Amino acid sequence: MLEDLRQLLRRDQVWPFLLEPVPPAIDVSHRMILYVEGLTVSFDGFKALNDLNLYLEDGELRCLIGANGAGKTTLMDVITGKTRPDAGAVFFGQTLNLLERSEADIAALGVGRKFQKPSVFEAQTVYANLELAMKMNKGIWPTLLARLTPEQRDRIDQVLEIVGLDHRRGLAAGALSHGQKQWLEIGMLLIAEPRLLLIDEPVAGMTAQETERTAQLLTSLAGEHTVVVVEHDMEFVRSIAKTVTVLHQGAVLAEGSMAQVQSNPAVVEVYLGDSQ
Amino acid sequence: MITGGNIFTVATLRAQTALFVAVLFGVTLYASVCNLLLPQDSVFYVSTYTVTLMGKYLCYALLALAVDVIWGYCGILSLGHGAFFALGGYVMGMYLMRQIGDRGVYGNSELPDFMVFLNWQELPWYWCGLDHFWLAALLVLLVPGLLAFGFGWLAFRSRVAGVYLSIMTQALTYALMLAFFRNEMGFGGNNGLTDFKDILGFDLQADTTRVALMLCSALALGTAYLASRLILASKFGRVILAIRDAEDRARFLGFRTQDYKVWLFVYSALLAALAGALYVPQVGIINPGEFSPLNSIEVVVWVAVGGRGTLYGAVVGALLVNYAKTRFTGVMPEAWLFALGSLFVLVTVCLPKGLAGLLSRLGSRRRRLAAVDA
Repeated sequence: MLEDLRQLLRRDQVWPFLLEPVPPAIDVSHRMILYVEGLTVSFDGFKALNDLNLYLEDGELRCLIGANGAGKTTLMDVITGKTRPDAGAVFFGQTLNLLERSEADIAALGVGRKFQKPSVFEAQTVYANLELAMKMNKGIWPTLLARLTPEQRDRIDQVLEIVGLDHRRGLAAGALSHGQKQWLEIGMLLIAEPRLLLIDEPVAGMTAQETERTAQLLTSLAGEHTVVVVEHDMEFVRSIAKTVTVLHQGAVLAEGSMAQVQSNPAVVEVYLGDSQ
Repeated sequence: MITGGNIFTVATLRAQTALFVAVLFGVTLYASVCNLLLPQDSVFYVSTYTVTLMGKYLCYALLALAVDVIWGYCGILSLGHGAFFALGGYVMGMYLMRQIGDRGVYGNSELPDFMVFLNWQELPWYWCGLDHFWLAALLVLLVPGLLAFGFGWLAFRSRVAGVYLSIMTQALTYALMLAFFRNEMGFGGNNGLTDFKDILGFDLQADTTRVALMLCSALALGTAYLASRLILASKFGRVILAIRDAEDRARFLGFRTQDYKVWLFVYSALLAALAGALYVPQVGIINPGEFSPLNSIEVVVWVAVGGRGTLYGAVVGALLVNYAKTRFTGVMPEAWLFALGSLFVLVTVCLPKGLAGLLSRLGSRRRRLAAVDA
């Protein structure tokens, strides 16, 4: 009893609840950052994902392609915790089971997501949008008392510059053009400093010039981050991808370089066939 | 949802808050001085009736503020905030009952009148200790706070939102109303708690007590306004707005949105409870009717009329509608509900952002005209 009290009152230690929570480390000792195995999701009998297997190497840039309903978005929903699968496993690194965590926890672990439709917080300024997305403690008290440090301000300025919204910082995000909203979302992804970025159709609604800039940005992100891009624009995919995964009816149809995939007869038949 | 031009700068918000606090204390202090220092036949004399009425309105304004905090800023439409208001009121009422002592009709110093009437022999355990003001003050916040926490935790964790949540809040207040109507609950049943004599040793009928209670209500409203402004201007407030506009997105940024909603709900319930506790000594009665779902819906109408998501709009709406109610029910009591209903429809159709929206629209037009002139 007394010993317990002594332990409790040790002056060289801080009580655990006063410490900032440290996110668990991501174990990438086997080079892989994401393991998706045997994933099955069905909605009312329709199998959106059917025994899907996917492995991502740490730092790679991967493109996911596939016709509508091939299961691309469902896959992202499962990885980010929005949808619970019927069967299968999703591991982040060697040790972290994503299926038993909530959306917020998964995001805090370092999985960032950009939606198909730009979904910024329209009623708030561009600056506030970035501030909300910034990597920091997202608990109630820390948020209530949060003040931006000079480093964090610099970081926001830096990201504003990268996405070219420097002169729009005080504007409501809802007043931005479609392309600018896309950029703001990309900025929000950058500032969250995720290990794994899931990006759904980044260049939809962008001009050729903007598309090119996006391609540059995404390629520069790979290496430090792992990037997964879902895109319909084949030209764009060709310009950035080293490895392409083709999904079809909820399973992986083919995987390899763009050239390999394009010459795969199964792929040609179901996907590229009708576009060429 | 809201686009462009609607983001208040920090400077505007500061000016707005300063103006609000200045008007609030200006008017209430003026009324106090005129009531206490001027002779009754003076032109500037403010009657005690008016002072009490003002105090009552201020409590309603605080309740409206509580609803605006969660509805206007977080999109949670609570149709049961009257429950927290009434619970706060009941705790205060219990304290005031205990202060009566042996001055009741039956002259029993141990039991309140209604318990003597029901032939109860001893005080139920939950009435113990309520003769202490500090305990009552604590329970005024604790009881509604815990209820809000429990309700919010269950509802928001299960991701109940929108209309379903509104219906549940409505059911909550309705259930409490039915419970409090029962005599065996020990809260005075149908008649509720009334016949209060004094608070902290001061006579409740005295002018000075009335003025002090009104000033306390003003102080509570002012403090709650400032606190809400600070909370909503912090990053916490921006997360709340983010949850209102796109909760899924906020989750994917790593915010546990359910926790944010629970704590904002609890904060709002505490404001409502405080309003109820200040309301009861001024009107002199609390009965289960305060739990009636209609009351909670009325609060939503006040906020809608004033304009939600502005804080001051809720206060203005509460004051105006209640003033209208006092006037109207004096002339044509049976028509009031129709008037209230049409007002709500009119505001929803013509002024979706309420009077506050009208004001800011006029303001920006004046600025535009000024810019054209220049």
